[in-house]
Parts: sequence; structure tokens; C-alpha cells
Amino acid sequence: MTAADLVAAPRRRNYSSQSIVTRVVIYGLLGFFAIIYLVPLIVMVMTSLKPLDEVTGGNMFALPKSLTFAPWTRAWGEAAIGVSDTAGISGYFMNSIKMVVPAVVISTLLGALNGYVLTKWRFPGHKLVFGMMLFACFIPFQSVIIPMAVILGLLGQIGNQLIDTFGFSFGFGNPTVNLVLCHVVYGLGFTTLFFRNYYEAFPTELVKAAMIDGASFFQIFRRVLLPNSTPIIIVTVIYQFTNIWNDFLFGSTFAAGDQSPMTVALNNLVNTSTGVVEYNVNMAAAIIAAAPTLFVYVVAGRYFVRGLMAGAVKG
Amino acid sequence: MAFLEINGLRKRYGALEVLKGIDLTLDKGGFLVLIGPSGCGKSTLLGTIAGLESISAGKISIEGQQINDLHPSKRDIAMVFQSYALYPNMTVAENMAFGMEMRGVARPEREKAVAEVAKTLQLEHLLKRRPSQLSGGQRQRVAMGRALVRQPRVFLFDEPLSNLDAKLRVDMRVEIKRLHQRTGATIVYVTHDQIEAMTLATRIAVLKDGELQQVGTPQEVYNTPANLFVADFMGSPSMNLLEGKVSRSNGAASVVIERTGTAPIAFPVPTSANVEALGEGARVIFGIRPEAVSDVESVSAKSKSVTTFTSDVEIVEPAGSDTFVVTSIAGREVTARMRSDSDIRVGQSQVFALNLDKAVLFDPATTHRI
Repeated sequence: MTAADLVAAPRRRNYSSQSIVTRVVIYGLLGFFAIIYLVPLIVMVMTSLKPLDEVTGGNMFALPKSLTFAPWTRAWGEAAIGVSDTAGISGYFMNSIKMVVPAVVISTLLGALNGYVLTKWRFPGHKLVFGMMLFACFIPFQSVIIPMAVILGLLGQIGNQLIDTFGFSFGFGNPTVNLVLCHVVYGLGFTTLFFRNYYEAFPTELVKAAMIDGASFFQIFRRVLLPNSTPIIIVTVIYQFTNIWNDFLFGSTFAAGDQSPMTVALNNLVNTSTGVVEYNVNMAAAIIAAAPTLFVYVVAGRYFVRGLMAGAVKG
Repeated sequence: MAFLEINGLRKRYGALEVLKGIDLTLDKGGFLVLIGPSGCGKSTLLGTIAGLESISAGKISIEGQQINDLHPSKRDIAMVFQSYALYPNMTVAENMAFGMEMRGVARPEREKAVAEVAKTLQLEHLLKRRPSQLSGGQRQRVAMGRALVRQPRVFLFDEPLSNLDAKLRVDMRVEIKRLHQRTGATIVYVTHDQIEAMTLATRIAVLKDGELQQVGTPQEVYNTPANLFVADFMGSPSMNLLEGKVSRSNGAASVVIERTGTAPIAFPVPTSANVEALGEGARVIFGIRPEAVSDVESVSAKSKSVTTFTSDVEIVEPAGSDTFVVTSIAGREVTARMRSDSDIRVGQSQVFALNLDKAVLFDPATTHRI
């Protein structure tokens, strides 16, 4: 053993023990905050599995003594939403699905189309157009409510006239259609931003090759751009799905009664002022309301970060 | 009438003119190489033929049909891109068939054409793969296959070999040459590599700053460059250029190159130059290729006019097949190509022979060849 080894050895040990301490601190903190973050969900799940007397009489953190799924079936099919309706949240859940799916599909497709034009078919003033679309990302929901109400009112009138003439409104004035329109218009700024940044880095030579191959504007879009856009499509779908599903303001403003989306129904269920507050049922309903976004994250989440990065590198 | 004709072609980006009146023709089955330093407009010129770039003035026609304003897909051309531009979501076979599919060719016909080209390019075992599963050389071949399969009137290649490593580049160069000889296709090819240009072309067009410098066969461009730029740009190592003066006595004109410390080198004006244009005392630039500078023993017996000079060897660069020997005359480097077995050492005094049959003169004022 040389002198250098003797000097080096303790230092090395010192260094590694320091790194163990660092690791313990880091993982300890991470674990601590993970638990804090998970506590509400754990309490919700446990509460939803307890009978009501156990909820009101017992400890919030106690495990359920007698496990029951009754609150879940009650929330889904029997709970009173508002005054007259006692069919649970299932109908509203379907309302939300009927609103979210077309709104996500349309806003994503239009965003992709915008991104395609703004990067591969540039026209004079394309920067200004993009700038104005970006502006849409910073407009708060509240400030578009009144203009939107005016437009929707107009559409409603058209719907009424169509009913008078053809006996059918063609969707004009339908609350679900109205909400789809709101969310598509509002989401367009975001979806355009995502796709524009992604297509900015997309090799233009592919578009040129397709042009020489004789593909039309839409054929290039459908056959070359879209099949190579999976990461950004997933990002956009997650983003739009979460935002639209969780929206309360548009839903409560532009849809009434049994046409309301899930979020509004959940509010009506929880804020009921008659009878006993059924915490377990409320918790079950809240979890059901959150389930679809959770599901989308779990299925597609790993693409989310990857896709955000892919779009963010160039732009 | 030539097969491909370009007349007075101009291209402006705002105030910036990148192509300043290009006139070019190419016969059917010809191989035209556009060459020049980066930013000379060669890729833009190719883009205008493809229809990917609009033109500001001029005319482009194929077989007498003006194609200026036709959409790229209607020009009956195919293009091989520098990045290959293969569709990542499609298999090799789908990539190759895409153009025909877009033109509404029936599936059996498409498959037949793809199979034929795949056989020619030895791509048969790759047809089911996607571009990401291919090596650089294979992608290159697929890109060529995609162009070949449609049997267009003109093929456009945009620096197709620049993304390959040195060895593969030589292999693919031979493959392109073979392809051209076998199919008799008409090709316009952009490169900045003058070896590619020399080996592949039937016609070379040298561009600089959006202007044609010279158009001709590889031999013309190499042996009788139109101006100093072409002389310097084509050939590796590049042409030796020395300043000299014309001296006339007894009706014979000779070139005199002054040297510091020793007697000047004087020799008759090379046969390539127009003697009548040279007055007494006119300044010229004397150009000679390294292979026309050698030791006395290696001078070709066929050469009619040879002169010699003695100079110190400064650098010896063995290149395997040859050895390049660098000396200097009046501060200007002169490279000579010697046999690889010649025993030459740095610092020694060496007799160099200039084969004047291959020499050219330039006017220093206009830079044009005299």
C-alpha cells in the first residue's frame, strides 16, 4: 500500500457515506411528499367504501370495518342530482363523454391542420396569424362567456328556424353541440401551438418528396404528416381531454338540467341542501368523475413528457 | 432541340438575386452535374427544375414542353433528396409505390414495377422493412428506387451521397454510374464534390454566386477551365497558378516567371493560349495541373513542349498511388505529382519538368482564360 492509497481510502469512504446520507434525504423527502399528495385520494377511496354511519361516526383515516360497494352503485345510478332527478350521475357521465370525444377529436385535427399550414404552406403574414392564435391561449374562460353566449344564442335561433322549416335542428342550439363548439374554439390556440412546434422540426423534404410523388394537400397531411405525429397527437389528446372533461364554467353556463356535463352534476350532488350529506356517495361520485382523465394519463402518460419534449426542442 | 432546356432563368428572394440568368441545355440520356461552392445556387436551380421553387424570370422546358408553372407532380420528374426523405411510416415497398398510388396506378401494376426495380437495386429482401431499420447505403438505394420506379423523363439528385461515409460514397457513385449507363436516364445531379462531378457527368455546369462559370464535358472543364475560379475549384489538389509576364522576341512569344534569387523560368507560350492576344510585357497567370508537373523521367513521351526548373522540395505527401511534392516559386506553392516510388526527400534540390501541352494562361484582370 502506498502513501497515496492510505490518504485516498478514508476520503473515498467519507464521500460514499455522504452520498448515502444525500440519497436518504432525497428519497425521504420524495416519499413524504408523495404520501401527502396521495392522502386525499386514499381518504376518498376508503370513505367511498364505508357505510354512512361509519363515515359520520368514525375516524377519517380508519380502514373500513364493513366493506361496502353500495355508495358506488348509488352514486352511479340512484343518487339525487338536483331536485327532481334521482338517476345518479350515469347520465351526466355519458353527457360528458358525448361532449369530450368530438371536442377532442375536432380540436386536435384542426390544430394539426393549422400546424401543417403554418409550417409547410407558409403564406405572407403566417407569423401574425400564429401570434394571434397564441394569444387565444392567454384569454381567460370568464372573458369569453358573454360573447360566446351571444353566438350560442344566435345559433339557437337558427336551430329554432330550422325546426320550423324542416322539423329538425341539425344540432343548432343543442347544449352538447354548443359545448363542443366552445371547447373547440377555446382549445384551438393550444392545439395549434403544439402541432406548429412539432411540425416546425418535421423534415420539409418529406413534404417536397410527397409533392413530387403527386400527393395533394390533404393526402400529404393524411398520409405523411399525421402518421408521423403520434407523440404530439397523444400530448394534445391528453391535454384537451383533461381540460374539457374538467371544465365547469362553460358546462354550468351553457348547459342546463339533464344536459349538464359530469362536473356540473357532481357539484349538484355534493352541494345538495336537502337530507343527509352522504359523504361516501359523494366520494364515489368524485372518483368516478376523475376516473377518465386518470385512465387517459395511465394509458398514454409516458408519451406525454416525451411528446412535450419532442415538440419543445425546436420552435 | 435539347431534351431539357433552361433559358434566362432568374430567381429572386426579395432584393437578393440567387440565380442570375442561367442558360443550360441537356440532351436525352445526358448526365448534367451542377457543381459549385455552398451558396452558389445549385440546389435552388435544381429546385426550380423540380418545381419546388418558383422562378422570377426565364423558361424551363422538357422535350419542348414549357414546365415553368406546372405543379411538381405534373412535370414527370423524380427527385432523390440529400436526406433521402423516405416516409418513416411506410415500408420500403410502400415508399417506392407511393408515387404510383397517388397517380392512381392499379395495385398489381405497382407491385410489378416495385419488384422490378427492387431486383435491379438488390432491395428485394428489404421490401417489408421500414426506413428506420435500414443502413445509410440501403436508404440511399431505396431513395433511388423510389425515383426509378416511376420511369420519369428527368431524374434530379440533390447531393445524394453527402450523408454517406467515404467508402460507401465511392461504392454508390459507381452504382449511380452503372444505373445511368444501363437505363440511359436523363439526370441532373447537384454536388459540391468535384470527383463525383468528374466521374459521373457527361456535362458539368460550374456555378458561382448564381452565375454559370463554365458548361462543358468533364475534360473541357478540367483541361481548359474558362476562368481562374473553375481552374481552382475543379481538381484535387487544385491547379498550380503562377504570375508571369509575356516576352516577345523574333516573332515567338514566351512566358517568363520571375524567381527570387535565381534566374527566371522562361518557356514558349502554351499551345492552348491565343498568342495573338498577348502583347509584349502583358501580365498573365500561368496555370498547370499537378499531374503536368513531375520529375524529368516521368514526362510523357508524347508531350511536345516541356520545360524544366530546379527548386527545393518543401513538403512530401505520399498518397499511396502517387506522391505529391510541394515546392515554391516566387512565394507561390507549386504541387507536383510524382510516382509513389520516387525517392524524394524534403530539402533536397529537385529538377521539375512542366508539361506545357497541359498548361493554360489566364488574364489576371478579367480572370478569363486567354
